[in-house]
Amino acid sequence: MTYLLRHGLLVGPDAVRVADVLVREGRIAEVGDTLDAPAGATVIDVEGCWVGPGFVDLHSHLREPGREAAENIESGARAGAVGGYCALVAMPNTEPALDNVALVSYVLDKGARTPLDVAVAGAITQGREGRHLAPLAEMAALGVRLFTDDGTGVQDPSLMRRALDYARPLGVRLAQHCEDEALAARGSMNEGVLSSRLGLVGRPALAEELMVMRDIELVRLTGAAMHFLHLSTARSLALVSAARRDGLDVTCEVTPHHLTLDETACAGFDAHFKVHPPLRGADDVSALRRSLRDGLFDAVATDHAPHAPELKDRAFDEAPAGMLGLEHAGALTYEALGSEQCDPVTFFAVLSRGPARVAQLRASDRRVRHSAHGGALVAGEDANLTVFDPRSEWTARRDQLQSRARNTPYDGRPLRGRVTTTIAKGQLVVHEGKLQ
Amino acid sequence: MDAHASSTTRRDSFVPRSLLLSDDDVRRAVRRMAHEVVERVRDIESLVVLGLQTGGVAFADLLADVLADITSREVLRGTLDVSFYRDDVGQRPFVNSAASSVPVDLSDRLVLLVDDVLFTGRTIRSALNALGDFGRPRAVQLAVMVDRGHRELPIRPDYVGKNLPTSLSEEIIATVQGVWIGTRSEA
Amino acid sequence: MITSIRGRNLLTLDELTSGAILEVLDTAELFVEVNQRTIKKVPALKGRVVASLFFEESTRTRLSFETAAKRLSADVLSLAVASSSVKKGESLRDTIATIDALGIDAVVMRHQSSGAAHQVSGYVPHVRVINAGDGLHQHPTQGLLDAFTVRQVLAERVHAKGSETGQDLFRGLHVLIVGDVRHSRVARSDIAAYSALGAEVRVAAPGTLLPACLDGWPLSVVEDFDEALEWADVVGVLRLQRERGTGSFVPSLSEFTETYGLTVERARRLRPSTIIMHPGPMNRGVEIDSAVADLPSAVIERQVSNGVPIRMAALYLSVTGTPEETTL
Repeated sequence: MTYLLRHGLLVGPDAVRVADVLVREGRIAEVGDTLDAPAGATVIDVEGCWVGPGFVDLHSHLREPGREAAENIESGARAGAVGGYCALVAMPNTEPALDNVALVSYVLDKGARTPLDVAVAGAITQGREGRHLAPLAEMAALGVRLFTDDGTGVQDPSLMRRALDYARPLGVRLAQHCEDEALAARGSMNEGVLSSRLGLVGRPALAEELMVMRDIELVRLTGAAMHFLHLSTARSLALVSAARRDGLDVTCEVTPHHLTLDETACAGFDAHFKVHPPLRGADDVSALRRSLRDGLFDAVATDHAPHAPELKDRAFDEAPAGMLGLEHAGALTYEALGSEQCDPVTFFAVLSRGPARVAQLRASDRRVRHSAHGGALVAGEDANLTVFDPRSEWTARRDQLQSRARNTPYDGRPLRGRVTTTIAKGQLVVHEGKLQ
Repeated sequence: MDAHASSTTRRDSFVPRSLLLSDDDVRRAVRRMAHEVVERVRDIESLVVLGLQTGGVAFADLLADVLADITSREVLRGTLDVSFYRDDVGQRPFVNSAASSVPVDLSDRLVLLVDDVLFTGRTIRSALNALGDFGRPRAVQLAVMVDRGHRELPIRPDYVGKNLPTSLSEEIIATVQGVWIGTRSEA
Repeated sequence: MITSIRGRNLLTLDELTSGAILEVLDTAELFVEVNQRTIKKVPALKGRVVASLFFEESTRTRLSFETAAKRLSADVLSLAVASSSVKKGESLRDTIATIDALGIDAVVMRHQSSGAAHQVSGYVPHVRVINAGDGLHQHPTQGLLDAFTVRQVLAERVHAKGSETGQDLFRGLHVLIVGDVRHSRVARSDIAAYSALGAEVRVAAPGTLLPACLDGWPLSVVEDFDEALEWADVVGVLRLQRERGTGSFVPSLSEFTETYGLTVERARRLRPSTIIMHPGPMNRGVEIDSAVADLPSAVIERQVSNGVPIRMAALYLSVTGTPEETTL
């Protein structure tokens, strides 16, 4: 198929310019001021829109295998596509956990049948139980580049050290869900004056920060590479930034919800606002936003966590944690970056180029049939492209989601900016905001 | 804020147009009713005068005072609140309740209910229901300062201070200080 | 803030003005009179259906509420949760939808999770929800009956009816709340009620049994428990919530009793007029000594008997009222 994206604002790694993009046979064929449409090409007018490398999500819970009532790989990919994603990293906290080659292959095969690239993060420990190392080398040989026990962090520091020592020579990165479970135990929202008033057991910020501190020191000790998942406090980020200044190979992400919601959302006891780490105070939210603008985060990652509706209709402390993210992440990131003040280079840095680098998806990988992501938008690259219209005004609706689940916390929220076109692996997957 | 100050009573929005009875007129009317009561009721000892909260209480007190004066006997008196017995709860503005204070078991007593204004009759119906919870009176009679008509139930007063034909848009305020006719403001 | 609970849910005392609280107290006083009659029943809620949904068993509170509803002539639907589908993992929304399908006007709800009554009120907006205790959050009718009992006792001392004294007796009143504040929904409701009415509230507890964060709460934490006892006009002793794992928050029950129990020796520091309260059920010998609970200044049984008129008032105002113009 041949597509000509006409008159968009091309967002490169450092600069923007208005140009046309011609996509042919899965690649960017040509970029230029005014290109002639070849015979049979579909011409898409994207004037006033931003054209950048397709979004990459470092953090998608696709729930397959085990909890397909909430989501499966195919529905998760659809949700991702309308959200502008061309690649998703599937998290391993499925049932059973993705802790061996057979299960990883299963997800990769299913993912290959979707229009997107689905990469896999393998579990660090067997069954994500935090006791014995999973076969990291075998999974790495299959192309797995990220490992995590996400859902919980690896609690045992000695085991975490061993995992880092083992991972270093494999050239893979371990990703940590930072929460000390002993401190966060049974908590269901941010610990503070509000949780105390509401009678909800709190998860203190320190539970997160303590593990960030610990793991930074373990990285210093082992020299391995580490990614910090969904940081939610200003202090966590300061710790990671300092470690980076020390020359440690540490990367980090923030979620759209930690950038756009604060703990006061929990005051109505609606479990749609329950998530781990919890929504924090307004001070943390504004600090995270500032840091995002300053380029301190490598990625915005959704932590897309589908749950069956009946589970979110339970009492707050009994409901599972997590919220949907893929379909609104673009608009929410735009908001977090200051809406009209949003810099398109930063926007695509955190939604595409940064996460592609962390997940090692910058180059194509034939073993796992992945194309290249987060490119510079030059001729010859794999065509993974997202068109974002910053002028679009719309409203998030729970009943208008591609995900199988309904647990978005944004139902009824007015949004600015919307993905209008997604071209994944050279195919037009989303056109005028709709799945093709 | 004080709870009572925040309530909407009907009196709050009353706009008086003219004074129909002065305080002297009211006293004369009550005195006349007292004489009628004495004529009809043989055994004053069994009488219990119950003022309906809140407008009937002052009239009941005045009537009982006059009765005691005429007969030189103590007259048992009390108050009755019918808020919890109304059949139109939730359909009308919320009226603050006041306490019932019934001095004796009403069984075999002659109960004289006293209210300020008789209108639809629904308050009296509620009062008759309420009385049942305090015993089984031998008989119940009704005295009202003003009967303004527009009955919605088959209820008739035994003693009337003043019959006042009114239109539905008019409001009557009857106190021991006087009786006024006016309208209710929309404010 | 809510200025009256007429026609509204009663979920928390945190959002009620003093006027709203006094309205319930004054209405309850009328129901005290009803409860003294031979026929203790009025037809105010005749034909209305009140469901009592106790996800967490509490025979005392349940009986109190059901008695209140029946004395208002309501029909009471009582869901036996232990034998119901709730235990099979049914969601709150499904449970309440099932009950609602039977046609109910109000639901009285006790749940082990904070906020459950809030959630239910969102699922069935046409039904009035009375929170009968949710997790560690609130127990509004307990807070109201505690304030009611204090006013009743203080008003009797000046030979007045509570309603005649309005808010006056609460102004500057010294209220000391002792014990497991952290896990206590009663404490949260009491603090809200007393402080809204103008009392000065202090709490005494081991550090582990205070809420994680007290910034902005209308209270102060006492440094010296013994001194605070001399200061207090009212001492509210809280139940040590052993079923919520309080055991691991103090080294031992005997150490807790030693440091924060209202023992006979400590009670000697109280003035004879100081009112001693406990929401029940008591752990005698743990947070309060038996002999102290039986002192003349202890009003624990009166708290229980005031439960019925307070709950009648809450149901009456909430179910029969119309909610127009009652928020600030």
